[in-house]
Amino acid sequence: MISLSDIPARPSAWITPPMIALALLLLAAPDLLPAIGLYQYLGIEIAIWIGFALGFNLLFGYTGLHSFGHGAYLGIGAYAFGLFQHHVAVSLWGGLLAAVLAAGIAGALVGAFLSHRRGIYYALLTIGFGQIFWFLAMKLHRVTGGEDGLLGIPRPPLTLGPWQVSLTDNRALFYFAAALLMIVVVLCWRLANSPFGRVLQAIRQNETRARFVGYEVWRFKWAVFTLSTMIAGLAGSLLAMAQQSAYPDVMSLHQSGLIVMMVLVGGGLVSFWGPVLGVVFYFVARDVLGGLTETWLLWYGLIFMAMVMLRPEGLAGMLHDLLRRSRPRQPSAAPAPATEAV
Amino acid sequence: MALFEARNIHKRFGSRVVLENISLAFEEGQISGIMGPNGAGKSTCFHVLTGQHKPDRGEVLFDGQRISGLPPQRIARMGVSRSFQLMNLFDDTVVIENVMLALPAFRERRLKAMSAVFSDTALIDRALVVLDQVGLAVRAWDAAASLSYGDRRALEIAVALAAEPRILFLDEPTSGLGAEATRRLALLVRRLRERYTIVMIEHDMRFLFELADRISVIHWGQVIAEGTPAQLGDNKWVRRSALAEATHA
Repeated sequence: MISLSDIPARPSAWITPPMIALALLLLAAPDLLPAIGLYQYLGIEIAIWIGFALGFNLLFGYTGLHSFGHGAYLGIGAYAFGLFQHHVAVSLWGGLLAAVLAAGIAGALVGAFLSHRRGIYYALLTIGFGQIFWFLAMKLHRVTGGEDGLLGIPRPPLTLGPWQVSLTDNRALFYFAAALLMIVVVLCWRLANSPFGRVLQAIRQNETRARFVGYEVWRFKWAVFTLSTMIAGLAGSLLAMAQQSAYPDVMSLHQSGLIVMMVLVGGGLVSFWGPVLGVVFYFVARDVLGGLTETWLLWYGLIFMAMVMLRPEGLAGMLHDLLRRSRPRQPSAAPAPATEAV
Repeated sequence: MALFEARNIHKRFGSRVVLENISLAFEEGQISGIMGPNGAGKSTCFHVLTGQHKPDRGEVLFDGQRISGLPPQRIARMGVSRSFQLMNLFDDTVVIENVMLALPAFRERRLKAMSAVFSDTALIDRALVVLDQVGLAVRAWDAAASLSYGDRRALEIAVALAAEPRILFLDEPTSGLGAEATRRLALLVRRLRERYTIVMIEHDMRFLFELADRISVIHWGQVIAEGTPAQLGDNKWVRRSALAEATHA
């Protein structure tokens, strides 16, 4: 069995082998995807959703707070990026900052209402707030374009000092998204094994005890919710650039459920890497199954149900079992931290 | 003046009066016991003293400061630590992390979001010292969920100790333990008395009478008797339940 709270083999490492594997895959992706019959744009989508999913899992998996309205913050990030380009300035960094701030402020406000709640009440409130934001995006036609979406969002060039790169090409945008994703990966990994992250996990394991050993539990719940909405906002800004538009549909209840499904299928409840596997699985299933049948979502739904019933540890749990079986047991030389996260 | 005091505590749930005018005082450096039959209000009393419930009337004072009405995390940070009767551990992780999380040194680092917990040798060493006090240092890196019932009870106490409390509340520490584990627990509590002020609720009268300096008997939500074990030996109610326990055993 593996658990999210297993202690990493080398706890102080900033870079771990799975991270290097992910980075190599990302480097190869623009050539790899067409080679296996897929297309480059898919890589951008996957990179964006992995970042979103990792931030979401700090809340969902690590802290055990079940948000079913997280799509809202992805959407807020996308709109904020687009509105910034339209009304303030065509600027990449300005747009990213605006997206992270807008989603973070919305998250901080919502988090203030949520953080004294537990269980079903928490979940219901996240749905309620998610619906409010979705409704606003639909109805504030003059600002968001309503159901038609906010169109004509540019892809501003990447400027670093004197150095400037155009992101209009999908390959360039992909590498930019992948670079930001790697930063999110490293930050989330460090956070999960930091004192702050371990308190979050303690809250998941036993909120009452966490209070009785002296933690202001609601502040931690607030902080992790806000952080996950900021990461969602960052992902949203990349989404706006990828689509060159922003639509309310990512904020709907349906799309908010999607991220939960991806994280669960991937094994976000037992492994840091679960959300990554889940996102990749979803998009590959969408394109491969979707190429075979129009009812692919039905099949994906059935896979999801089978997974929840039979393998609640998800893909990460299955992969862990597989690796452990194929690798002969090492003589236990190391005394202390014994468990190793996938 | 007593280190910890409860004055005229009243607590009711709906129309049911659970505590009626309870006053208790616990002296520094002593082991104080609370006993009474099932449903007498002992556990509620404990919850009120440690902050899980607010009293409807009356006040709780710790070191001269009023703590009733404060949230449990504030009371815990002031140096009031408690164990739970139904064990309340962090079960997804290893034994040592249960203790580490409760260390004041860990709490000071709680906002550090980028440093690695498990390469902080100062924290680990400190936690090992605490685990050693309850005899669990050798199990430090085992999964908390893999401990036996008696060891989980010891870990409960270790978590409470890790907070470096000035007063330690133990909620039915022998509940569910066999004779051997109870005997080991008695040794542990005796060792702890040198360093901590201890208050415990206990069902096992022999255990309590052997260890406590003073005992309060709670029945029908009131304190019906108070004194040293020797004084209480003559109490009618205590004799009756001691007799009942002896015939049960």
